[in-house]
Amino acid sequence: MLTISRDLQAKIIEHARKDHPDEACGVIAGPAGSDRPVRFIPMQNAERSPTFYRFDSLEQLKVWREMDDRDEEPVVIYHSHSATEAYPSRTDISYAQEPQAHYVLVSTRDEPETEFRSYRIVDGEVTEEPVTFTE
Amino acid sequence: MAIEVRIPTILRSYTGGAKSVEGSGSTLDELLSNLDAEHGGLRDRLVDGENLRRFVNVYLNDEDVRFLGGLKTPVSDGDTVTVLPAVAGGAF
Repeated sequence: MLTISRDLQAKIIEHARKDHPDEACGVIAGPAGSDRPVRFIPMQNAERSPTFYRFDSLEQLKVWREMDDRDEEPVVIYHSHSATEAYPSRTDISYAQEPQAHYVLVSTRDEPETEFRSYRIVDGEVTEEPVTFTE
Repeated sequence: MAIEVRIPTILRSYTGGAKSVEGSGSTLDELLSNLDAEHGGLRDRLVDGENLRRFVNVYLNDEDVRFLGGLKTPVSDGDTVTVLPAVAGGAF
């Protein structure tokens, strides 16, 4: 289960809409071990593509070091699909390498509603999970 | 000689849970082989044949080794090598 504030949900959706039709991506950091997403960190999509995303390697190093310094971990890793369902693709699954993270997917293919769903991806297995929104 | 190598969560099963291990070598290639002697299987997660795997980022201090010399990047005592799995995906 992912517990996340409405404010963070709104930030993810706003980022995805702003970058549409390119895929948007980012991280929400939280205190290590807390499973609580707190700090919103939108990332550059180094691919700048409507069908692929990748964190820029040096930006990722900076963000990961910062999280480490602050005793945080990536609680949510989010990205958007601009023409397909908000469900992890084969590529998403094969590249998912943060087993403790909640992988949030949004789809900006329809308007005005934005599909917003969350998954665990561990050892190549996808499990959708319920999302609880807090105010 | 000691080079610190910082290990991401997903590879800590090779290091008994350690976030950081030490190794030696004069190139990244040698360093990874040196680590593999004590942490068997670790090198294979990072290297495919003669090259670093595409979706793993390896950094020497503050630089991505892709822009240095890849596996041939020289390393020395006091350096820090950081490994981070790339974060990527797509529509298909």
